[in-house]
Amino acid sequence: MLYDLLIEPFADFGFMRRALVASLALSVGGSAIGVFLILRRMSLMGDALAHSLLPGAALGFLLGGLSLPAMSLGGFVAGVATALISGVIARFSSMREDASFAAAYLTAMALGVLIVSLRGSAVDLMNILFGAILAVDETALALVASTATLTLVGLAAIYRPLVVECFNPGFLAAMGIRGSVYHYLFLALAVLNMVAGFQALGTLMALGLILLPAVAASFWAREVWSMTLVAAPMAFASALIGLLVSFHVGLPSGPVIVLFASLFFLGSLLLGSRASVRARLSHPVHLRG
Amino acid sequence: MNAALRLVNLTVSYDRHPAVHHLSAEIPAAEMTAIVGPNGAGKSTLLKALLGLAPHIEGRIETTAKRIAYLPQQAEIDRSFPISVFDTVLLGRWSRFGGFGAAKHVDIHDAQHAIEAVGLAGFERRPIDTLSVGQFQRVLFARLLLQDADLVLLDEPFAAIDSKTVNDLMAVIQRWRAEQRTVIAVLHDLDQVRRDFPNALLLARELVDAGPTARVLSAENLLRARAMAEAWDEHADACDVPMKLSA
Repeated sequence: MLYDLLIEPFADFGFMRRALVASLALSVGGSAIGVFLILRRMSLMGDALAHSLLPGAALGFLLGGLSLPAMSLGGFVAGVATALISGVIARFSSMREDASFAAAYLTAMALGVLIVSLRGSAVDLMNILFGAILAVDETALALVASTATLTLVGLAAIYRPLVVECFNPGFLAAMGIRGSVYHYLFLALAVLNMVAGFQALGTLMALGLILLPAVAASFWAREVWSMTLVAAPMAFASALIGLLVSFHVGLPSGPVIVLFASLFFLGSLLLGSRASVRARLSHPVHLRG
Repeated sequence: MNAALRLVNLTVSYDRHPAVHHLSAEIPAAEMTAIVGPNGAGKSTLLKALLGLAPHIEGRIETTAKRIAYLPQQAEIDRSFPISVFDTVLLGRWSRFGGFGAAKHVDIHDAQHAIEAVGLAGFERRPIDTLSVGQFQRVLFARLLLQDADLVLLDEPFAAIDSKTVNDLMAVIQRWRAEQRTVIAVLHDLDQVRRDFPNALLLARELVDAGPTARVLSAENLLRARAMAEAWDEHADACDVPMKLSA
């Protein structure tokens, strides 16, 4: 019985196995990115960035059809371009970076939908917007796995400058270090993860598996590395449960996975060990000092 | 006078409006100098310019200092960031291990020592978002201690800090002076400047006076500084004072 529910879908179907491995890789790399997005107060900007992959992916689709490498490359270029352009606009005008991000991603979304409609059908558009984790093939798996590897190695390499750039950029500047280099390296890694997530979850929800577990983790842990350690298993658990539920009930997998990640967020909000509803409501005896 | 810092006709501007205007002054080495002036007088801008962080600089800054440490105003730091007291202090040794190297035993030992020196023993593992303003200022002073700099720049080190903490931190500053380090602090409490700082530089975008504190902080100078700072012309013409190099 338990075997039928939990193991059999993966034992019998290759696409379920590939989806599982892909979500494991996404969870491990993505949750670290998510933690930094939150700490840099860039959660919404990250979301805007994810949407801005659309015109690139659409252009790849227009030129190469439903080919993952073409669409991924296009998405990556579009994402990095959006980040750079918004950064430059913010630097050379009085516009704040969140406003320029919003302007850039709205333009990108409109452009993207238009490009897809030039050639594709509504089904293609749905696939690009919402993804299809059950359609993950060997190529996609390789892409997701190498992204996770690159993300972890990359973040480990720039960890210290990036942390200092987050909480005390002036200190880095006084040490003669250009913090913006690390900011953009991080954004490139973030875009890479969104590209990897986009075939599984689509451009609209690519950030779901990245951001939601990280937000949930902030209710449990209070250092960067421990937040990441808490976030990754939650991301993977959401993916695993989401895959099984969508398999047995016959629901689209992407939204189900993201909704389970939301459940982890809600649960953490209610029960977490710090700054949660429970921590606020339970009145422990105050301490002596 | 043995100068740690010589400013030659220094002008620092934001969006073409000068925040520091044609400033020439010398700041003595191994001595404590207070920078005083009304709000908007260019005090913080001057410190940023000394660090090379100001956007647009004309004129010259000459310094003999090899290593400069800087205490920013607290508002420039995200105090909600999840990092521990110990890690924050240890960053003072950045010039040794940089962004990628490992901290050595001596660095860890010195960080521990610095935390004890500012009276925060036992706080090492505490995240910085649980500290009070005064405690966090102690953390930043411990980080300055580790930086082992010959020129220390402090931007409003005692804003919103109680007198006990001010006294403790003043003791740290006095120790720097005894160790022949140059200390420059932006301060608003004139009584404290008169009491603790032998030298002062009175700034109102332009130099009002620099030298021994008793002379610089005369009633006449202070009045002049206030009048100069209030004269601000949004539609000013281009400045025609030549950027000549004075001796």
